[in-house]
Amino acid sequence: MSALVAAVERAVKRPIWGCRMCGQCVLHATGLTCAMTCPKNMRNGPCGGVLQNGHCEVEPHRRCTWVQAWQRSARLPLWREQIAQLRPPVDWRLEGTSSWENLLTGRDRHVPAGWAATQRPMS
Amino acid sequence: MAAPASVETYSRLHAVLRARDFAVTCELATADSANPAAVYRHARVLAGKVDAVNCTDNSAAHPHLSSQAAAHFLTDCGVEPIVQLGCRDRNRIGLQADLLGAAALGARNVVLMTGDDASAGDHPETRSVWDLDSLHAIRIARILRDEGTYLSGRRLESAPLYLIGAVENPFAPPFGVRPRRLRSKVEAGAEFVQTQICFNPPRLREFMARAGDLGVLDDLPVLVGVYIPRSARSVRYLGEQVPGIDVPETIITRFESRPRDEQAEEGFRLALELVYAVREIPGVAGVHLMSIGGTAAIVRLIEELGLLPRPAPDEPDQRPARSRQDADRLS
Repeated sequence: MSALVAAVERAVKRPIWGCRMCGQCVLHATGLTCAMTCPKNMRNGPCGGVLQNGHCEVEPHRRCTWVQAWQRSARLPLWREQIAQLRPPVDWRLEGTSSWENLLTGRDRHVPAGWAATQRPMS
Repeated sequence: MAAPASVETYSRLHAVLRARDFAVTCELATADSANPAAVYRHARVLAGKVDAVNCTDNSAAHPHLSSQAAAHFLTDCGVEPIVQLGCRDRNRIGLQADLLGAAALGARNVVLMTGDDASAGDHPETRSVWDLDSLHAIRIARILRDEGTYLSGRRLESAPLYLIGAVENPFAPPFGVRPRRLRSKVEAGAEFVQTQICFNPPRLREFMARAGDLGVLDDLPVLVGVYIPRSARSVRYLGEQVPGIDVPETIITRFESRPRDEQAEEGFRLALELVYAVREIPGVAGVHLMSIGGTAAIVRLIEELGLLPRPAPDEPDQRPARSRQDADRLS
Protein backbone atom coordinates (compact mmCIF):
# COMPACT_ATOMS: atom_id res chain seq x y z
CA MET A 1 0.00 0.00 0.00
CA SER A 2 2.73 2.48 1.04
CA ALA A 3 4.63 1.71 -2.12
CA LEU A 4 1.55 2.37 -4.21
CA VAL A 5 0.90 5.74 -2.53
CA ALA A 6 4.53 6.69 -3.05
CA ALA A 7 4.33 5.72 -6.72
CA VAL A 8 1.23 7.88 -7.20
CA GLU A 9 2.85 10.80 -5.38
CA ARG A 10 5.97 10.51 -7.49
CA ALA A 11 3.94 10.33 -10.70
CA VAL A 12 2.08 13.51 -9.77
CA LYS A 13 4.86 15.62 -8.24
CA ARG A 14 7.87 14.68 -10.32
CA PRO A 15 6.62 16.17 -13.61
CA ILE A 16 5.18 19.31 -11.99
CA TRP A 17 7.80 20.29 -9.40
CA GLY A 18 10.77 18.05 -10.11
CA CYS A 19 9.98 16.36 -6.76
CA ARG A 20 12.87 14.33 -5.29
CA MET A 21 10.66 12.32 -2.91
CA CYS A 22 12.38 13.43 0.29
CA GLY A 23 9.30 12.21 2.12
CA GLN A 24 8.96 15.39 4.20
CA CYS A 25 7.49 17.80 1.72
CA VAL A 26 7.81 21.54 2.32
CA LEU A 27 6.50 22.72 -1.07
CA HIS A 28 3.83 24.88 0.52
CA ALA A 29 6.49 26.84 2.46
CA THR A 30 8.71 27.40 -0.56
CA GLY A 31 6.30 28.88 -3.07
CA LEU A 32 5.79 25.39 -4.53
CA THR A 33 9.49 25.06 -5.34
CA CYS A 34 11.10 21.73 -4.42
CA ALA A 35 13.93 22.56 -1.99
CA MET A 36 15.65 19.29 -2.82
CA THR A 37 16.36 20.47 -6.36
CA CYS A 38 19.10 22.60 -4.74
CA PRO A 39 22.38 20.73 -5.34
CA LYS A 40 23.44 21.53 -1.77
CA ASN A 41 20.13 20.30 -0.30
CA MET A 42 19.54 23.70 1.28
CA ARG A 43 16.31 23.54 3.29
CA ASN A 44 16.35 27.08 4.64
CA GLY A 45 17.32 29.51 1.92
CA PRO A 46 20.01 30.32 -0.62
CA CYS A 47 23.70 29.65 -0.07
CA GLY A 48 26.25 32.43 -0.56
CA GLY A 49 27.32 31.26 -4.00
CA VAL A 50 24.35 32.50 -6.02
CA LEU A 51 25.65 34.07 -9.24
CA GLN A 52 24.98 37.72 -10.02
CA ASN A 53 22.30 36.74 -12.54
CA GLY A 54 20.45 34.76 -9.85
CA HIS A 55 21.58 31.42 -11.21
CA CYS A 56 22.93 28.40 -9.34
CA GLU A 57 26.72 28.20 -8.87
CA VAL A 58 26.68 24.42 -9.31
CA GLU A 59 24.31 24.33 -12.30
CA PRO A 60 24.84 27.76 -13.86
CA HIS A 61 22.36 27.11 -16.67
CA ARG A 62 19.41 27.36 -14.29
CA ARG A 63 18.05 29.73 -11.68
CA CYS A 64 18.85 29.23 -8.01
CA THR A 65 16.15 27.13 -6.34
CA TRP A 66 15.86 29.64 -3.52
CA VAL A 67 15.77 32.72 -5.72
CA GLN A 68 12.78 31.06 -7.34
CA ALA A 69 11.28 29.94 -4.03
CA TRP A 70 11.31 33.44 -2.55
CA GLN A 71 9.80 34.97 -5.68
CA ARG A 72 7.05 32.40 -5.93
CA SER A 73 6.32 32.41 -2.23
CA ALA A 74 5.66 36.16 -2.34
CA ARG A 75 2.99 35.50 -4.96
CA LEU A 76 1.20 32.78 -2.99
CA PRO A 77 -2.02 33.78 -1.27
CA LEU A 78 -1.25 31.39 1.59
CA TRP A 79 1.73 30.26 3.68
CA ARG A 80 3.80 33.26 2.64
CA GLU A 81 5.52 33.67 5.99
CA GLN A 82 6.42 30.00 6.28
CA ILE A 83 9.40 30.37 3.99
CA ALA A 84 11.34 32.15 6.76
CA GLN A 85 10.65 29.50 9.39
CA LEU A 86 13.50 27.22 10.37
CA ARG A 87 13.03 23.78 8.87
CA PRO A 88 14.81 20.95 10.74
CA PRO A 89 17.51 18.74 9.24
CA VAL A 90 16.24 16.22 6.71
CA ASP A 91 15.39 12.75 7.96
CA TRP A 92 17.05 10.79 5.18
CA ARG A 93 15.27 7.60 6.22
CA LEU A 94 12.14 9.03 4.67
CA GLU A 95 13.72 9.46 1.24
CA GLY A 96 11.61 7.63 -1.35
CA THR A 97 8.58 7.31 0.93
CA SER A 98 5.32 9.17 0.45
CA SER A 99 5.20 12.56 2.15
CA TRP A 100 1.40 12.34 2.02
CA GLU A 101 1.47 9.25 4.17
CA ASN A 102 4.12 10.77 6.46
CA LEU A 103 1.96 13.86 6.88
CA LEU A 104 -1.09 11.80 7.85
CA THR A 105 0.83 9.64 10.31
CA GLY A 106 2.79 12.62 11.69
CA ARG A 107 6.02 10.81 10.86
CA ASP A 108 7.36 13.88 9.03
CA ARG A 109 7.17 15.95 12.19
CA HIS A 110 9.56 13.79 14.21
CA VAL A 111 12.74 15.70 15.07
CA PRO A 112 15.71 14.54 17.16
CA ALA A 113 15.32 15.17 20.90
CA GLY A 114 18.09 17.78 20.97
CA TRP A 115 16.40 19.74 18.20
CA ALA A 116 13.00 19.47 19.94
CA ALA A 117 14.56 20.88 23.12
CA THR A 118 15.32 24.14 21.30
CA GLN A 119 11.72 24.49 20.19
CA ARG A 120 10.22 24.97 23.63
CA PRO A 121 8.77 28.40 24.34
CA MET A 122 11.20 31.26 24.97
CA SER A 123 12.02 31.58 28.65
CA MET B 1 16.49 29.83 20.45
CA ALA B 2 15.25 29.24 23.95
CA ALA B 3 18.52 29.69 25.81
CA PRO B 4 18.91 32.92 27.76
CA ALA B 5 21.27 35.60 26.49
CA SER B 6 24.74 34.41 27.35
CA VAL B 7 26.25 35.90 30.45
CA GLU B 8 29.53 34.21 29.87
CA THR B 9 32.31 35.76 27.82
CA TYR B 10 33.39 32.92 25.64
CA SER B 11 36.45 34.40 24.01
CA ARG B 12 38.71 37.38 23.57
CA LEU B 13 36.83 38.24 20.39
CA HIS B 14 33.59 38.09 22.36
CA ALA B 15 34.98 40.56 24.88
CA VAL B 16 36.11 42.94 22.12
CA LEU B 17 32.69 42.79 20.46
CA ARG B 18 30.89 43.29 23.75
CA ALA B 19 33.01 46.34 24.51
CA ARG B 20 31.99 47.65 21.06
CA ASP B 21 35.61 48.09 20.07
CA PHE B 22 36.11 47.98 16.29
CA ALA B 23 37.05 44.33 15.83
CA VAL B 24 39.71 43.02 13.46
CA THR B 25 39.84 39.42 12.34
CA CYS B 26 41.63 37.89 9.41
CA GLU B 27 41.95 34.68 7.52
CA LEU B 28 44.86 32.32 8.09
CA ALA B 29 46.72 31.34 4.94
CA THR B 30 45.89 27.72 4.14
CA ALA B 31 48.53 25.11 4.95
CA ASP B 32 49.30 22.23 2.61
CA SER B 33 51.58 20.61 5.10
CA ALA B 34 51.67 18.13 7.94
CA ASN B 35 54.15 20.35 9.76
CA PRO B 36 52.84 22.78 12.41
CA ALA B 37 55.50 25.26 11.25
CA ALA B 38 53.24 26.05 8.29
CA VAL B 39 50.81 27.60 10.77
CA TYR B 40 53.35 28.98 13.25
CA ARG B 41 55.02 31.00 10.48
CA HIS B 42 51.85 33.08 9.98
CA ALA B 43 50.70 32.98 13.60
CA ARG B 44 53.87 34.68 14.84
CA VAL B 45 53.34 37.56 12.39
CA LEU B 46 49.69 37.97 13.40
CA ALA B 47 50.15 37.68 17.19
CA GLY B 48 48.95 40.84 18.89
CA LYS B 49 47.81 42.41 15.60
CA VAL B 50 44.30 40.96 15.29
CA ASP B 51 41.56 39.93 17.70
CA ALA B 52 41.10 36.48 16.20
CA VAL B 53 42.08 34.49 13.13
CA ASN B 54 39.83 32.32 10.97
CA CYS B 55 41.01 28.80 10.26
CA THR B 56 39.33 27.95 6.99
CA ASP B 57 37.74 24.59 6.30
CA ASN B 58 39.00 23.24 2.98
CA SER B 59 38.31 26.60 1.41
CA ALA B 60 37.30 26.79 -2.25
CA ALA B 61 36.81 23.01 -2.03
CA HIS B 62 40.55 22.31 -1.89
CA PRO B 63 41.81 20.06 0.92
CA HIS B 64 44.21 21.69 3.41
CA LEU B 65 45.40 21.14 6.97
CA SER B 66 42.21 20.83 9.04
CA SER B 67 40.73 23.90 10.70
CA GLN B 68 40.73 22.29 14.13
CA ALA B 69 44.42 21.43 13.95
CA ALA B 70 45.32 24.88 12.61
CA ALA B 71 43.32 26.44 15.44
CA HIS B 72 45.25 24.47 17.99
CA PHE B 73 48.58 25.60 16.54
CA LEU B 74 47.38 29.22 16.63
CA THR B 75 46.68 28.96 20.35
CA ASP B 76 50.26 27.72 20.80
CA CYS B 77 51.34 31.15 19.55
CA GLY B 78 48.88 33.13 21.64
CA VAL B 79 46.61 33.84 18.68
CA GLU B 80 42.89 33.28 19.19
CA PRO B 81 41.36 31.06 16.52
CA ILE B 82 37.94 31.04 14.89
CA VAL B 83 37.24 27.54 13.60
CA GLN B 84 35.28 27.39 10.38
CA LEU B 85 33.17 24.30 9.79
CA GLY B 86 31.16 23.69 6.64
CA CYS B 87 28.53 21.18 5.56
CA ARG B 88 30.16 19.85 2.38
CA ASP B 89 32.63 17.48 4.02
CA ARG B 90 30.79 16.27 7.13
CA ASN B 91 27.41 14.96 8.16
CA ARG B 92 25.72 15.71 11.49
CA ILE B 93 27.81 13.10 13.26
CA GLY B 94 31.07 14.49 11.93
CA LEU B 95 30.05 18.07 12.64
CA GLN B 96 29.36 17.36 16.29
CA ALA B 97 32.62 15.45 16.67
CA ASP B 98 34.53 18.34 15.12
CA LEU B 99 32.78 20.95 17.28
CA LEU B 100 33.73 19.02 20.41
CA GLY B 101 37.23 18.42 19.10
CA ALA B 102 37.76 22.07 18.23
CA ALA B 103 36.56 23.21 21.65
CA ALA B 104 38.68 20.62 23.43
CA LEU B 105 41.73 21.79 21.47
CA GLY B 106 41.19 25.32 22.72
CA ALA B 107 38.96 27.02 20.14
CA ARG B 108 36.60 29.55 21.69
CA ASN B 109 34.98 30.75 18.46
CA VAL B 110 33.35 28.75 15.69
CA VAL B 111 31.79 29.81 12.41
CA LEU B 112 29.31 27.53 10.68
CA MET B 113 28.71 27.73 6.95
CA THR B 114 27.32 25.79 4.02
CA GLY B 115 30.58 25.69 2.07
CA ASP B 116 31.63 25.95 -1.55
CA ASP B 117 30.56 23.27 -3.96
CA ALA B 118 33.17 20.66 -4.83
CA SER B 119 33.01 21.77 -8.46
CA ALA B 120 35.01 24.86 -7.41
CA GLY B 121 37.92 22.75 -6.21
CA ASP B 122 40.58 20.33 -7.36
CA HIS B 123 38.55 17.19 -6.54
CA PRO B 124 35.40 17.91 -8.55
CA GLU B 125 34.75 14.18 -8.95
CA THR B 126 34.07 13.71 -5.23
CA ARG B 127 30.72 13.10 -3.55
CA SER B 128 29.72 15.97 -1.27
CA VAL B 129 27.75 15.35 1.91
CA TRP B 130 25.12 18.15 2.20
CA ASP B 131 23.38 16.40 5.08
CA LEU B 132 22.79 19.75 6.81
CA ASP B 133 22.57 23.38 5.76
CA SER B 134 24.26 26.28 7.51
CA LEU B 135 21.25 27.06 9.71
CA HIS B 136 21.13 23.47 10.92
CA ALA B 137 24.84 23.60 11.69
CA ILE B 138 24.46 26.82 13.68
CA ARG B 139 21.56 25.40 15.68
CA ILE B 140 23.45 22.17 16.38
CA ALA B 141 26.46 24.14 17.69
CA ARG B 142 24.00 25.88 19.99
CA ILE B 143 22.44 22.62 21.15
CA LEU B 144 25.84 21.20 22.11
CA ARG B 145 26.72 24.33 24.07
CA ASP B 146 23.44 25.41 25.62
CA GLU B 147 21.55 22.15 26.03
CA GLY B 148 24.68 20.18 26.84
CA THR B 149 23.50 17.36 24.57
CA TYR B 150 24.07 16.04 21.10
CA LEU B 151 21.42 16.63 18.47
CA SER B 152 20.05 13.21 19.41
CA GLY B 153 19.46 14.39 22.96
CA ARG B 154 22.25 12.24 24.43
CA ARG B 155 23.99 14.11 27.26
CA LEU B 156 27.52 15.41 27.01
CA GLU B 157 29.83 14.97 29.95
CA SER B 158 31.10 18.50 29.42
CA ALA B 159 29.60 20.99 26.99
CA PRO B 160 31.79 22.93 24.57
CA LEU B 161 32.10 26.66 25.21
CA TYR B 162 32.47 28.85 22.18
CA LEU B 163 31.06 31.95 20.55
CA ILE B 164 28.94 30.96 17.56
CA GLY B 165 29.35 32.76 14.27
CA ALA B 166 27.78 32.64 10.83
CA VAL B 167 28.63 34.02 7.44
CA GLU B 168 26.38 35.95 5.09
CA ASN B 169 26.76 37.26 1.58
CA PRO B 170 25.07 40.64 1.08
CA PHE B 171 26.53 40.74 -2.44
CA ALA B 172 24.73 37.72 -3.92
CA PRO B 173 21.12 37.52 -5.10
CA PRO B 174 18.40 37.46 -3.95
CA PHE B 175 19.49 40.78 -2.41
CA GLY B 176 16.15 41.50 -0.75
CA VAL B 177 16.25 38.14 1.02
CA ARG B 178 19.75 38.48 2.47
CA PRO B 179 18.76 40.64 5.49
CA ARG B 180 15.98 38.17 6.33
CA ARG B 181 18.43 35.32 5.99
CA LEU B 182 20.68 37.13 8.45
CA ARG B 183 17.76 37.23 10.86
CA SER B 184 17.19 33.49 10.35
CA LYS B 185 20.82 32.86 11.27
CA VAL B 186 20.42 34.83 14.47
CA GLU B 187 17.27 32.91 15.28
CA ALA B 188 19.15 29.67 14.67
CA GLY B 189 21.77 30.78 17.20
CA ALA B 190 24.43 32.93 15.52
CA GLU B 191 26.08 35.52 17.77
CA PHE B 192 28.30 37.27 15.23
CA VAL B 193 28.58 37.35 11.47
CA GLN B 194 31.42 37.67 8.99
CA THR B 195 30.47 38.73 5.46
CA GLN B 196 31.71 37.71 2.06
CA ILE B 197 34.35 40.00 0.53
CA CYS B 198 32.99 43.51 -0.03
CA PHE B 199 33.89 45.46 -3.16
CA ASN B 200 30.56 47.27 -3.16
CA PRO B 201 29.97 49.48 -0.08
CA PRO B 202 26.67 50.94 -1.40
CA ARG B 203 25.24 47.41 -1.61
CA LEU B 204 26.47 46.73 1.92
CA ARG B 205 24.89 49.95 3.18
CA GLU B 206 21.53 48.89 1.75
CA PHE B 207 21.85 45.44 3.31
CA MET B 208 22.74 46.84 6.72
CA ALA B 209 19.87 49.34 6.58
CA ARG B 210 17.34 46.59 5.86
CA ALA B 211 18.85 44.33 8.53
CA GLY B 212 18.61 47.26 10.93
CA ASP B 213 14.93 47.71 10.04
CA LEU B 214 14.36 44.06 10.94
CA GLY B 215 16.00 44.67 14.31
CA VAL B 216 18.69 42.10 13.57
CA LEU B 217 21.65 44.34 14.30
CA ASP B 218 20.76 45.26 17.88
CA ASP B 219 22.60 42.28 19.23
CA LEU B 220 24.58 41.06 16.26
CA PRO B 221 28.08 42.31 15.44
CA VAL B 222 28.75 42.25 11.70
CA LEU B 223 32.35 41.99 10.52
CA VAL B 224 32.75 42.94 6.88
CA GLY B 225 35.07 40.96 4.62
CA VAL B 226 37.80 43.06 2.98
CA TYR B 227 40.26 41.59 0.53
CA ILE B 228 43.70 42.98 -0.25
CA PRO B 229 44.24 42.25 -3.95
CA ARG B 230 47.74 41.97 -5.31
CA SER B 231 47.07 42.24 -9.03
CA ALA B 232 44.46 42.96 -11.69
CA ARG B 233 44.48 39.25 -12.41
CA SER B 234 43.53 38.29 -8.85
CA VAL B 235 40.63 40.76 -8.85
CA ARG B 236 39.36 39.50 -12.18
CA TYR B 237 39.69 35.92 -10.97
CA LEU B 238 37.58 36.64 -7.88
CA GLY B 239 34.87 38.31 -9.94
CA GLU B 240 34.74 35.66 -12.63
CA GLN B 241 35.69 32.40 -10.96
CA VAL B 242 34.53 32.62 -7.35
CA PRO B 243 30.75 32.29 -7.11
CA GLY B 244 29.07 34.92 -4.96
CA ILE B 245 31.75 37.60 -5.20
CA ASP B 246 30.62 40.80 -6.86
CA VAL B 247 33.48 42.81 -8.35
CA PRO B 248 32.14 45.97 -10.01
CA GLU B 249 33.64 46.63 -13.45
CA THR B 250 34.99 50.00 -12.24
CA ILE B 251 37.30 48.18 -9.83
CA ILE B 252 38.68 45.93 -12.54
CA THR B 253 39.35 48.85 -14.89
CA ARG B 254 40.96 50.76 -12.06
CA PHE B 255 43.50 47.94 -11.69
CA GLU B 256 44.03 47.29 -15.35
CA SER B 257 44.85 50.94 -15.99
CA ARG B 258 47.91 50.51 -13.75
CA PRO B 259 51.24 49.02 -14.80
CA ARG B 260 51.79 45.59 -13.34
CA ASP B 261 54.45 46.66 -10.83
CA GLU B 262 52.06 49.21 -9.30
CA GLN B 263 49.06 46.90 -8.99
CA ALA B 264 49.94 45.51 -5.56
CA GLU B 265 50.14 49.04 -4.18
CA GLU B 266 46.85 49.87 -5.87
CA GLY B 267 45.31 46.82 -4.18
CA PHE B 268 46.55 47.99 -0.82
CA ARG B 269 45.07 51.47 -1.39
CA LEU B 270 41.76 49.91 -2.47
CA ALA B 271 41.60 47.81 0.71
CA LEU B 272 42.30 50.92 2.80
CA GLU B 273 39.50 52.82 1.05
CA LEU B 274 37.11 49.92 1.52
CA VAL B 275 37.78 49.70 5.24
CA TYR B 276 37.26 53.46 5.61
CA ALA B 277 34.02 53.18 3.63
CA VAL B 278 32.54 50.20 5.46
CA ARG B 279 33.40 51.38 8.96
CA GLU B 280 31.17 54.42 8.38
CA ILE B 281 28.16 52.18 7.76
CA PRO B 282 25.92 51.89 10.84
CA GLY B 283 26.04 48.44 12.41
CA VAL B 284 29.46 47.47 11.10
CA ALA B 285 31.32 46.15 14.14
CA GLY B 286 34.62 45.33 12.51
CA VAL B 287 36.44 43.97 9.51
CA HIS B 288 37.56 40.54 8.45
CA LEU B 289 40.70 40.80 6.32
CA MET B 290 41.76 38.41 3.60
CA SER B 291 44.77 38.23 1.32
CA ILE B 292 46.05 35.24 -0.59
CA GLY B 293 49.20 34.22 1.23
CA GLY B 294 49.86 37.81 2.26
CA THR B 295 49.99 37.89 6.03
CA ALA B 296 52.41 40.81 5.86
CA ALA B 297 49.93 42.85 3.80
CA ILE B 298 47.25 42.25 6.43
CA VAL B 299 49.51 43.48 9.23
CA ARG B 300 50.58 46.50 7.19
CA LEU B 301 46.93 47.40 6.54
CA ILE B 302 46.08 47.19 10.23
CA GLU B 303 49.06 49.43 11.06
CA GLU B 304 48.14 51.94 8.39
CA LEU B 305 44.55 52.06 9.63
CA GLY B 306 45.74 52.98 13.11
CA LEU B 307 44.05 49.92 14.62
CA LEU B 308 47.00 49.06 16.84
CA PRO B 309 47.43 48.28 19.60
CA ARG B 310 44.51 45.89 19.76
CA PRO B 311 42.36 46.21 22.87
CA ALA B 312 43.36 43.89 25.70
CA PRO B 313 40.09 42.80 27.22
CA ASP B 314 40.20 42.05 30.89
CA GLU B 315 40.26 38.29 31.17
CA PRO B 316 41.37 36.83 34.47
CA ASP B 317 41.49 33.33 32.99
CA GLN B 318 41.40 32.38 29.33
CA ARG B 319 39.54 29.22 30.24
CA PRO B 320 35.79 29.74 30.61
CA ALA B 321 34.26 28.89 33.97
CA ARG B 322 32.81 25.51 33.17
CA SER B 323 35.95 24.01 31.69
CA ARG B 324 37.97 25.55 34.51
CA GLN B 325 35.91 23.59 37.00
CA ASP B 326 36.25 20.49 34.91
CA ALA B 327 40.01 20.87 34.69
CA ASP B 328 40.26 21.40 38.45
CA ARG B 329 38.11 18.37 39.04
CA LEU B 330 40.21 16.22 36.76
CA SER B 331 43.55 17.34 38.10
